Amino acid sequence: MISQLSWKIGGQQGEGVESTDRIFSTALNRLGYYLYGYRHFSSRIKGGHTNNKIRISTYPIRAISDDLDILVAFDQESIDLNAKELRSGGVIVADAKFNPVVPEGIDARLFAVPITAMAEELGTSLMKNMVASGASWGLLGLPLEVFNKAVEEEFGRKGAAVVEKNIEAVKRGAEFVLEQAGGPLDEFKLDEADGRQKLFMIGNEAIGLGCLAAGCRLMSAYPITPASEIMEYLIKKLPALGGTVVQTEDEIAAVTMAIGANYAGVRTMTASAGPGLSLMMEAIGLAGMTETPLVIVDTQRGGPSTGLPTKQEQSDLNAMVYGTHGEIPKIVIAPASIEDCFYDMIEAFNLSEQFQVPVIVMTDLQLSLGKQSCEPFDYNSIQINRGKLVQDAPEQEPQQLFKRYELTPDGVSPRVLPGAKHGIHHVTGVEHDETGRPSESAVNRQNMMDKRLHKLDGLYVRDGLRTDAPSETPDLLIIGMGSTGGTIDQAREWLANDGVTTNHVTIRQIHPFPTEQLIPHLQQAKKVVVIENNATAQLAGQIKMHAGFADKMRSLLKYDGNPFLPSEVYKACKELD
Amino acid sequence: MATFKEFRNNVKPNWCPGCGDFSIQAAIQRAAANVGLEPEELAVISGIGCSGRISGYINAYGLHGIHGRALPIAQGVKLANRELTVIASGGDGDGFAIGMGHTVHAIRRNLNITYIVMDNQIYGLTKGQTSPRSAEGFKTKSTPEGSIESTLSPLEIAMSAGATFVAQSFSSDLKQLTALIEAGIKHEGFSLINVFSPCVTFNKINTYDWFKENIVNLEQQFPDYDPTNRIAAMNKIMETNGLLTGLIYQNTQRKSYEDMISGFGKEALMKQDLSLTEEHFNKLVAEFK
Repeated sequence: MISQLSWKIGGQQGEGVESTDRIFSTALNRLGYYLYGYRHFSSRIKGGHTNNKIRISTYPIRAISDDLDILVAFDQESIDLNAKELRSGGVIVADAKFNPVVPEGIDARLFAVPITAMAEELGTSLMKNMVASGASWGLLGLPLEVFNKAVEEEFGRKGAAVVEKNIEAVKRGAEFVLEQAGGPLDEFKLDEADGRQKLFMIGNEAIGLGCLAAGCRLMSAYPITPASEIMEYLIKKLPALGGTVVQTEDEIAAVTMAIGANYAGVRTMTASAGPGLSLMMEAIGLAGMTETPLVIVDTQRGGPSTGLPTKQEQSDLNAMVYGTHGEIPKIVIAPASIEDCFYDMIEAFNLSEQFQVPVIVMTDLQLSLGKQSCEPFDYNSIQINRGKLVQDAPEQEPQQLFKRYELTPDGVSPRVLPGAKHGIHHVTGVEHDETGRPSESAVNRQNMMDKRLHKLDGLYVRDGLRTDAPSETPDLLIIGMGSTGGTIDQAREWLANDGVTTNHVTIRQIHPFPTEQLIPHLQQAKKVVVIENNATAQLAGQIKMHAGFADKMRSLLKYDGNPFLPSEVYKACKELD
Repeated sequence: MATFKEFRNNVKPNWCPGCGDFSIQAAIQRAAANVGLEPEELAVISGIGCSGRISGYINAYGLHGIHGRALPIAQGVKLANRELTVIASGGDGDGFAIGMGHTVHAIRRNLNITYIVMDNQIYGLTKGQTSPRSAEGFKTKSTPEGSIESTLSPLEIAMSAGATFVAQSFSSDLKQLTALIEAGIKHEGFSLINVFSPCVTFNKINTYDWFKENIVNLEQQFPDYDPTNRIAAMNKIMETNGLLTGLIYQNTQRKSYEDMISGFGKEALMKQDLSLTEEHFNKLVAEFK
């Protein structure tokens, strides 16, 4: 019995790779296994090699694996490109149609299954995904009933006949491969899962759900990879809550529309990736200057320019921290798990209203699109805090405006929404006085800059640093952010086996930088390695600038478009000078 | 009910003496009073430029945003609170150069807001450069040998983008302008009102006198003109080279964007409860099991 294995399906984009993965993994989730998915895809609709990999485990995992146990291939290219990942004695399930061959030097068993032929027998080659997933399921020796239930749900709305045919396709795929293999393969026999119901979703869906829980009722956005799933999710769900999604003409319209709606009192967000974030920069300054709440999600992908639009990277950090001209207060939070994606959206909307600042939630492609198991979300933890929002102001003297930018001890001023009887005030991106009227007075300028820039002095972000620090004097402190945490933890297990003690700090509060909290961790460690998916060590740069310790800090960088593998982290940590 | 004086505040505009924008400000204040608004029921969202300052000169809620983005901000305000009357305003550079993309899409979207463009055919605040509305051959600091780009026709663009309300006026004709702004506010959809607003400092060609000589008043000169006829409207704009004033086109058949959004209520979205019931939450979560 094994506790985890890795499965991958590859083919041409548009060929059913996605749907095969979806049904296969949904069924595994029902059985209570922990899953972690990775999508390899290109910026095109049809054609081009694509593959989805899932790691299946009886215990929580948050990383892709280095190796592969089962490869399902719809074409020879999928075998040629991916067979090298197979562990010795791994299995290839391939469509007999293309006369699959195992590449030279690869030790793998091949099951050529007439995937297309069986699907066509049942009426349409579209069903080949069902045959392929049935074959995979059969090899694992898992109960077909659970799988059939997932098929029913996927195709139920298309009628009983369609469901029946798909179930038959699954059965034929499973039976064929079992006959060839002589029954389920012992080496793929997974221990039973804990059976506890988990959620199975991508980060973007958790973000969407988090928005709904946070009271967000409007989203204005422009489609972009890898952010579009957020708008696609919300447009399905917001109408039932009276809200909507507006697909705008560009990201400038998206962010300024969100500013207008937040100004008028509705929690509104936008989401984009690097190119869109670049376009939003001037408007982020407007939100900062006018102290208008605003929530932006940046799902990072490979930059610069169009870069690698469908690949992993964490290179927008500096843009998020420093972006917009001039100086404004701004919060940047980086969720590090699916659970974070959900809870951080609630936090982002709350902080944005409490401090009246723009909040950027920073994910990366792997976190946004990798489908994974996560713990059920806690409804009772959802709390909405609108900060110093007042229903109305006291009646003003004639010709007096409401002091929307009143100088207060904490720098945050009472906020009233348009429509309130006595709250009339002006809002402008021009430097302004307490009522919002333009002012170029030097004294006023200084007061207003100080007011805005000190608002975040009292900031507390939930789990600003997430620490797993078992050692008081670790050989190594590993620091990361975003989706890399699970990979780091996997590498730490191997390092522990080698006798290397490690602590792990995930920086979730990217800006303002949590310097004071981080310094003790840096002090304790003999060496520090900062792991990030970019070429210029942006996170390490923040750490060195704010906390120091440059002398014992090293960087592990990867910017080839792919997430770190656990072995890469392990090897780099072993080889530190 | 508020009088137009209640829409005044004590801020002295920084416009040059004689600037057309003064009359536009007055017309907005009069129109707001005439349609029965209270100051707190009006939000004026403006862009950047001389004209963009207008949101600070009217006693109402006002947001002075960034250059070219008055319209998306105004649309956000309207979506959040459809009970407010929302007027977006700015100059020809704001709306037809840097913000042209937003103008076309705001027209297509057709939210119930009124967009008043203070069109002086030049950049004033930056002290005299060419605008997309400048005539070919127009000499400015940025076109010392005369503009070599064609003049943009916002009315034709609005018509072709599917506008439901297109009007044009002249800042000297306060009566017509006020009436058009009232009609624009009452129109259930996006209303574009382009207003010739002479820049007395930098535009020595398109002066008050020049407009008086060249513009055609639809109501006075074409009493039979039918503003519901889209083809006639387009023809009239072309025939007059865009130098016409009055209500050029109105389509009352098309519903506003707010009225077409699935599930969107008549009550302001900002008044709705932010919380999600546990039952609703559980239903949403169940999709991921």
